[in-house]
Amino acid sequence: MTFSDTKQNHPDSHLERVPDFGCAPVGSDAEVRLAEIWETTPGWRGWFSTVDHKTIGLRYLVTAFIFLLIGGIEALIMRAQLALPEQSLLTPEQYNQLFTMHGVTMIFLYALPILSGFSNYLWPLLLGSRDMAFPRLNALSYWIFLFAGIFMYASFPLGQAPNAGWFNYVPFSGPIYNTGPNIDVFALGMVLLGISTTVGSINFIVSLFRMRAPGMTINKVPILVWGTLTASVANLIAIPAVSLAFFLLWLDRQVGTQFFDVANGGKPLLWQHLFWMFGHPWVYAIVLPAMGIVSDALPTFCRRPLVGYTAVALATMATMLLGFQVWIHHMFATGLPTVALSIFGAASMIISIPSAVAVFAWIATIWLGKPVFKTAFLFFAGFIFLFVVGGLSGVMTAAVSLDLQLNETYFIVAHLHYVLLGINVFPVIGGIYYWFPKFTGRMMSETLGKWSFWVMFIGFNIGFFPMHIAGLLGMPRRIYTYSSRMGWDSVNMITSIGSFIFAIGILIFLANILISLKRGALAGSNPWDAATLEWSTPSPPPAYNFAVIPVIASRHPLWEDRLNENSKRSSLTQGYLLMEGHETLGTSPIDAEPVTILKMPGDSYAPFFVGLFVSLFFVGLLLHWWYFAGMTAAACCITLVIWMWPRKSLAQRTAPKTAHLSGRSP
Amino acid sequence: MNHIFFLGASNAIVASAVEAPLNYFLHSYGPAAKPTMYLGWALAGLSVAICFIIALLLLTAIFRKRKTSNPHKIESEGKGLQWVYIGTGISTVILFVLVIYSLTVLNQVAKPSQTPSITITVTGYDWWWKVEYEHDDPAKRFITANEIHIPVGQSVLIKLKSADVIHAFWVPKLAGKTQMIPGLINQQWIQADVPGVYTGQCTQFCGVGHAHMSLEVVAESVEDFEKWQNAQRQPATQVLRAEQDSGYKLFMDRCAGCHAVRGTDAKGEHGPDLTHLNSRRRLAAGVLTNTPDHLMEWIGNAQLLKPGSRMPSFKLSESEISALALFLSTLD
Repeated sequence: MTFSDTKQNHPDSHLERVPDFGCAPVGSDAEVRLAEIWETTPGWRGWFSTVDHKTIGLRYLVTAFIFLLIGGIEALIMRAQLALPEQSLLTPEQYNQLFTMHGVTMIFLYALPILSGFSNYLWPLLLGSRDMAFPRLNALSYWIFLFAGIFMYASFPLGQAPNAGWFNYVPFSGPIYNTGPNIDVFALGMVLLGISTTVGSINFIVSLFRMRAPGMTINKVPILVWGTLTASVANLIAIPAVSLAFFLLWLDRQVGTQFFDVANGGKPLLWQHLFWMFGHPWVYAIVLPAMGIVSDALPTFCRRPLVGYTAVALATMATMLLGFQVWIHHMFATGLPTVALSIFGAASMIISIPSAVAVFAWIATIWLGKPVFKTAFLFFAGFIFLFVVGGLSGVMTAAVSLDLQLNETYFIVAHLHYVLLGINVFPVIGGIYYWFPKFTGRMMSETLGKWSFWVMFIGFNIGFFPMHIAGLLGMPRRIYTYSSRMGWDSVNMITSIGSFIFAIGILIFLANILISLKRGALAGSNPWDAATLEWSTPSPPPAYNFAVIPVIASRHPLWEDRLNENSKRSSLTQGYLLMEGHETLGTSPIDAEPVTILKMPGDSYAPFFVGLFVSLFFVGLLLHWWYFAGMTAAACCITLVIWMWPRKSLAQRTAPKTAHLSGRSP
Repeated sequence: MNHIFFLGASNAIVASAVEAPLNYFLHSYGPAAKPTMYLGWALAGLSVAICFIIALLLLTAIFRKRKTSNPHKIESEGKGLQWVYIGTGISTVILFVLVIYSLTVLNQVAKPSQTPSITITVTGYDWWWKVEYEHDDPAKRFITANEIHIPVGQSVLIKLKSADVIHAFWVPKLAGKTQMIPGLINQQWIQADVPGVYTGQCTQFCGVGHAHMSLEVVAESVEDFEKWQNAQRQPATQVLRAEQDSGYKLFMDRCAGCHAVRGTDAKGEHGPDLTHLNSRRRLAAGVLTNTPDHLMEWIGNAQLLKPGSRMPSFKLSESEISALALFLSTLD
């Protein structure tokens, strides 16, 4: 789209203007004015109404981390029960609820939300924008996530938490064999959480294609952005399957439909297909952005750019595409025809090829660089090893006949923990060490940091490696106890010891955060001498992110002078001055040509109330308070009308002229 | 210190590996399981080797000597792509070989080489296994529970059903697992080359009794198998089956609603068929060895031994216990 097209089609031409191009150093009149425009009102008003992506990102990070701790405590209780054979610390029902909530918490309430936290905080900073495309949708996404998390835990204190495992197979989770509120809480909670994930994903996708700084063509965005984009697109395709599955289950349980009811022609296998069509892409959705964290942050500590940027970006997307083609490998034992098993088994092996691309790119980056042994680097290097272990055990389970042995044993438990802790938790903690200075303006302690890494790394391997052996010795997962005659005593004892060591590592990390928040050394804007755009802003960044919208010339705007690849230079201190209200620049999807001045909405209570009413609507459904549900649905619609009410102040302004910039023409 | 701990631990693991009754990884028997065991060895060996190679590459990448240079210098971007090409190339070749190998093995174990001579239907219940031996002649069909006998060297077809939720039939030393899904009849086959007792276990989470749902496959010579089969086909022996016998009466009052004893009025179908209870090695789907003492312990404390079991704990008086025990002792 060119400037002139826009102009001709614009219905409201008096709003058009060409933004000024210039500087706005800290303390200048322009900068002060920007701060006034963008800062959230202090106090509880701001707390409920803010749409600042950085605040929302931090809320995501903190909330998800609290869920990680809750899920971790559940795991430790289970490990205490399993440390010795024939213990009765827990009843089977308590154990079943614990392992279900552990899975639900870690997979749904920790793993993706924590990555959404990073992406929410970082995207506009990485992309050179002042906010996400839909700031209020962003706030809504967080509130619903929070309420859905609380919702799913609502029945836990009553001793009636979800108890059918995180993949919740029917008919065990159906109305006949599970009569309490356990599964209804899970089913409705998942539909609710699906709303949050969906709107969050839409926001990421539109932000990427609309909000990049001019000049940041699609081949210059950081890998974290590729990872989150890929995951978001996948979520939009995958989430409907699981929301549908849980909604049908709820109908079966509460309305009397028979989608899964065998006696009336329903099909239990339908559940497995719907769940894993979602479940497997989801597994990639919760690791690809984390791999992106490593691809972006590891080069900083290797003092060189990532090897094979294009290959890694393409591998990210290839993984996701193949990821939609492998769900049957969760269902090898369901009696499907051998031909089908063969196809999905082969696909499940081939999906490792793009992972190999990434692994060798990371190793080459370290090999050809000059590693700086900071804590974050240790976490990323440790991650590469755990990724390989988890990947190889994944290849083993892709061999169909072997999987018929390994499936549903502790070998799978080992595999999935190597994958989810190795590829999600290690990069996430490394990422927190890396971006903590940006989040807070203070450095984390390196001494405590190294302790936390080594204790976690050693504890993790002592805890989870023996699970492979337990699986090879035939130990099924999800058993609350075992007999001594099965020969699983020592592996379980070692696993339990390791899991507690790992927990100590997490505690050291938490202590480090708390201490560093108060006493950490001041960070400055770019403490690691990193290359990407977020490090050009002060730490912590101001509410408006960038005083001027920068113009980008390469993937490494802060290393350009030293890399000296060509004569083009990004313009960081000089850029578009946009300060007639909440404004940022809209650019074209591929080439990032400036197209329009985007009028961004300001703080609003509407997202909080929509989130609250939607959640209360689900409470109404859960408790069969139909009038209450009707009222909250109406309240939700009214709030949405208020939210969407057209306002003149939000009318879009026109495209800026860019001809005077760095020799490029629109 | 750590080192010693590890050595001790690995010894313990090796020791327990020898005993572990479900250790399919080292001890698989029969054509339905052995090719998979070799595949497992190949894949595990390869995985460990690749882990070491990658770990070595990683450590060398991190610690290799470098020329000291200006710390502010940034290396240029272009180099290093051959790492990705070579590494991915080798990985791709290995993966394609593995695809072919694993699919060949799948083809080997998917079907027996000759048509199975024996067909057994196993139905999963919360939390035990009903075992039905099929026969063209209805008089020769019979029902038992939690213990399957098969003749050595013959392939046996197992049809899998479920009476309630999804279970999974898994006798790992003889074959991989298959889910038992309500409304579907799945099937798999097993064959034991060596006589012995092979433990099985439910591996699909099925509720509070999931940990206590195991079974045994007894592989024996064709003669022994025939003998066993003929004995199982008989109804219960006639002794003590009189209305005036208090043990018999007690059984009919308290147990017959759920349990069947062929040849008597006990026709319950919710629990295991008890016609030849004493011929079995274990009680309650593997919870206890089958001795008269354990049997009475089970009847009195089922909920303690197997929490949530469909079998209630019965509070019986001393005289009732001895009468019931006497009756049960006749179910050979």
